[in-house]
Amino acid sequence: MYELVRANKIRSAALTLFMALILFLVSYAIAEYAVPGSGYIGVLIGFVLWIILTLISFYAGPSIYLALGHARKIKKEDNPRLFNIVEEMTIASGLPKMPDVYIIEDPMPNAFATGRNPKVSAIAVTTGLLQIMNRDELQGVIAHEMAHVKNRDVLYMLVVGIMVGVITILADLFVRGFLYGRRSRSASKAPAQAQAIILIVGIIVIVLSPIIARIVYLAISRKREYLADASAALFTRYPEGLASALEKIEAFVQNAPPRLLKANATLAPMYIVNPLTAKKKRDSLFSTHPSTENRIRILRGMGGASFVDYNAAYKKIIGKAEDLIKVDKEGGEGTVSVRSPSGEEVDKKVLSREAMDTLWKSMDYQFITCSCGLKFKIPPTFKGDRIVCPRCGTVHDV
Amino acid sequence: MNPVWIIVIVVALLVLFVIFMFNRLVRLRNEVTNAWAQIDVQLKRRHDLIPNLIETVRGYMKHERETLEAVTEARTRAMNAKDISEKIEAEKGLMGTLIRLFAVAENYPDLKASTNFLALQEELASTENKISFARQYYNDTVYRYNTATQVFPANIIAGIFGFKAGTFFTVENEAERAAPKVSF
Repeated sequence: MYELVRANKIRSAALTLFMALILFLVSYAIAEYAVPGSGYIGVLIGFVLWIILTLISFYAGPSIYLALGHARKIKKEDNPRLFNIVEEMTIASGLPKMPDVYIIEDPMPNAFATGRNPKVSAIAVTTGLLQIMNRDELQGVIAHEMAHVKNRDVLYMLVVGIMVGVITILADLFVRGFLYGRRSRSASKAPAQAQAIILIVGIIVIVLSPIIARIVYLAISRKREYLADASAALFTRYPEGLASALEKIEAFVQNAPPRLLKANATLAPMYIVNPLTAKKKRDSLFSTHPSTENRIRILRGMGGASFVDYNAAYKKIIGKAEDLIKVDKEGGEGTVSVRSPSGEEVDKKVLSREAMDTLWKSMDYQFITCSCGLKFKIPPTFKGDRIVCPRCGTVHDV
Repeated sequence: MNPVWIIVIVVALLVLFVIFMFNRLVRLRNEVTNAWAQIDVQLKRRHDLIPNLIETVRGYMKHERETLEAVTEARTRAMNAKDISEKIEAEKGLMGTLIRLFAVAENYPDLKASTNFLALQEELASTENKISFARQYYNDTVYRYNTATQVFPANIIAGIFGFKAGTFFTVENEAERAAPKVSF
């Protein structure tokens, strides 16, 4: 686990470097194309752009993501059960600080994590998730998100995600410029043929780089989804919780009308199941997540709850020869036994009401229950200081 | 190059290596201490919840004085436990009395419908989970620390500076481990 975090940090650094190289290459090619001989200035501009965007994403990224998802922060009183589960998983994962908890009004059961390090992080869940998950399932989903924080995936999504975005924007600008404009070519002494070759190579680089950047980024993103699943199984000691949660999400996706599977395109890859591509069954180079079906099958195929068990199940189901996760002595090389289910019985109606109440409470609505059983939700904009129950006429102070 | 320099460089590298190893062991040992403290935090939280629970339940369960007293007594015993093994025993006893209390509560539909009681039930059930997750994390950390002190060459440094192996928090009784998880 901890070796894994270290390995992830190194890999993230290498990947960031790789993306920076592609970015510089693209900036160089574009500048060279626009004004021959100005390639280095292009690199400089690309570098400055990258630094600015990285700083913005590092400091403001988490709040931007949460704002894009219309997420509202909740307190413990708003949903004690959810809060307790997040606390439980914070302890199980050994995070130094509990992530902030947010709720999103969305019928699709889903969740995402964001943040810049384990001390500054947030987990957001949709009302749809709270409506249909029992305790073990919710715990599995939260553990998966917690793993993204613990494994530093959230930082990776922020920094590398932004770079892929910048590369795409630059290439896009170039293609537009290429289509609509004529470049100002100063008198050049190079032979026409050599120039043509450089030109073609440059164009190829510019057009291909966003695609390459995206493919690399997504391959790693998919791998990290598997890793987060494996970590969730280890934290909860109960792979079936997450498996069953994913199954419920998959069932929702397959039966839901497409209008319900919406999300902000930037945010979509960060969810536990990508709402925009969820209906597709097979993995492709451009999938942000492995297929939900495979994820469920691997979790269900685990003989225990450790990484060793996950590796074994992964190899059997995906049909690959090599381990997904490198396991070392300190992380534990054996299997870990699975705990028994919590056996909590849940009433769907109660869960559904709780989920919506959480949303109201997050908007500072006040709740008053009348002696006749009627429940008022009083908006924070309510001005008066008393309210009359429409059913029994009792007067309540607000 | 002067052979003296080579020796100096080798020694410097060796010293750096030892410092690195030593710091790593210290960090792991601190993690073990922190993980243990987490268990304590959760145990204390359970103790803190009990007076509130008794207060809520008392009004409904007029004829269950013995059950309630047993919980209070077990709590006092758990809070006064001195060494670790005594503590584990006392906490187990407290747990038993709580299970009985919640079993008896089944006979009082009014109590079961009370929001206050439901909230406390959620808190106690979650505290129970937190205790077992804290224990799980503690054991994982001890495993990591112990392995780190046993592998070569860190074992030499651990030996010199007296890093002792940590103790696992285990449930001695196998049957107890196999027993179904308690839900209130």
